[in-house]
Amino acid sequence: MKKKLKYIEEYFFRGIMFASTLFIMIILLTLIGSILIKGLPALSWEMITQTPKGGFYFGKEGGVLNAIVGSLYLSLGATALALVISLPLSLFINVHLAGTKWLVNSIRFLLDLLWGIPSIVYGAFGFTIMMYFGMRTSLLAGIITVTLFIIPIMVRSMDEVLKTAPRGLLEASLSLGSTKSETAYFILARQCITGIITAILLAFGRAIGDAASVLFTAGYTDYLPGSITDPVATLPLSIFFQLSSPIPEVQQRAYGSAVLLTFIILLISVLTRYFSYRYKKQSVKQL
Amino acid sequence: MDIRRLIRIDRKNFRIGRVLRNSLHFTWMQITFTLIAILPFILLLGLMYKSYFLLESHSVTSILLSPNWKPLRGEFGFLPFIISSIWITVFALLIAAPICLLSAIHLALYADRWVLRIMHPVIDILSGIPSVIFGVWGIVAIVPLVAAAAAVFNIQSSGYSLLTGAIVLAFMIIPFILNLLIEIFRNIPTSLMEACLSLGFTRWEAIKYVIIRKAAPGIISAFGLGLSRAFGETIAVLMVVGNVAKIPTGIFQPAYPIPALIANNYGEMLSIPLYDSALMLAALLLFILVTFFNLGSRFLIINWEKKI
Repeated sequence: MKKKLKYIEEYFFRGIMFASTLFIMIILLTLIGSILIKGLPALSWEMITQTPKGGFYFGKEGGVLNAIVGSLYLSLGATALALVISLPLSLFINVHLAGTKWLVNSIRFLLDLLWGIPSIVYGAFGFTIMMYFGMRTSLLAGIITVTLFIIPIMVRSMDEVLKTAPRGLLEASLSLGSTKSETAYFILARQCITGIITAILLAFGRAIGDAASVLFTAGYTDYLPGSITDPVATLPLSIFFQLSSPIPEVQQRAYGSAVLLTFIILLISVLTRYFSYRYKKQSVKQL
Repeated sequence: MDIRRLIRIDRKNFRIGRVLRNSLHFTWMQITFTLIAILPFILLLGLMYKSYFLLESHSVTSILLSPNWKPLRGEFGFLPFIISSIWITVFALLIAAPICLLSAIHLALYADRWVLRIMHPVIDILSGIPSVIFGVWGIVAIVPLVAAAAAVFNIQSSGYSLLTGAIVLAFMIIPFILNLLIEIFRNIPTSLMEACLSLGFTRWEAIKYVIIRKAAPGIISAFGLGLSRAFGETIAVLMVVGNVAKIPTGIFQPAYPIPALIANNYGEMLSIPLYDSALMLAALLLFILVTFFNLGSRFLIINWEKKI
């Protein structure tokens, strides 16, 4: 009898474990499903190609081109700026500091801490800096804030890839007389290029989807940004603002914009998977 | 002209160029390293500098423990926000924790290859979905559900409540915790499981009596990291939680967590004296709490990894 009970217990728990895994999948499906059902009817060509016209926020004509362009400018700028800092730093950790374990571990620890800080805190900090230098809300301030926010993400994901590269590769390169920076950029970075691209895409996805950090710093506008000191609209914020309107047509457009954002994120995710698959296939294996 | 001399000069220049480039790169790397190393302290100082104005006229205890939030009269009591934040985070963790734990055990110790092949992209996509999309989904799907549930209990509720916020938040942190937990269960040596099975345990018994105990510190720290992640989530929670600055007394009551407070009031913060300072103090509080949780969890997990 006791023996039977334990097999029943086994099957019971196996069942609810499978159920909870299934549940997580269902969450994703209902999430994407409900966004699509609500948003697809609201999508139109006009929405992607026009900026808001007069009376847009009362349900009249116009689109969210200002937010799409703003989001792209902002995240591309921030990703580029973050790359300039992240790539050297992650190479520095893995080539120059490879001998000093405690330093590597503490910088990784610090980066994990920075990763954990909520984006709203970065936003508030960006705002403080902005006030200190007397800047207005602008594309530049937004880019700087988002850059700070995505640097830890980018460095840590690059670092995870660079860590797996075989040590022998570095030693061979150094023994042939190349300098450390040549080894870093021409050997290690090239070996891990697909992993680095994955990290960049990941950071780009975070940058384009985050609303809290740009709330204070990038501002909001109905126009396309003309220069780097203009305020700029972003897609997440435009969804947020349109959804808080009481007018049904405007809310409909929020759902439409949500479909756009989801689509961008899914596209990035597919690209990421493709590159990490390529990385697994191409990389030099440890002997 | 002696061609050898030319070659020699050329080589020399080439070498100088390489050394120069190397040192340039090295300098830039050191600059980025320093930048990141001091960034947390700059963050802390920047927020402290701004919130100092409020602390000059109000004492810390009066701010943290007063329930009155009336910026126009100069009363800045954080208590409703702190309590809202704690309740929402705790409820979110209560919902997410069992699902994550069971699913992680399933994926790490039971699942077939095809399940993993499906679930890996699912978790990746779920963790990449922006906060605001979760918020939209919360409004579309969860808010009516919660309103209906409240009606069953005969409670008046619009659906924009503490419970709604907690549910949306729970789904947001599930992929994050799940990834950590799977990693932790994979780190446990398979020999443990094999030894148990050879003694006649069923798989679940082995998990219940041995694996879970071995993994306990790791599991706790994964939940700790999830907690700190949940604590700082802004937009999604802000959209569904109702935002009423009172201490919530039930799960169907609207709440107002700290991140929502900061995000919601950026518009009027420059027109009222000390308001911006109060919001920066809220950000500082958030920063300190989250970092504290993160630190604790990370130390726990590092110690645990050393032991294994």
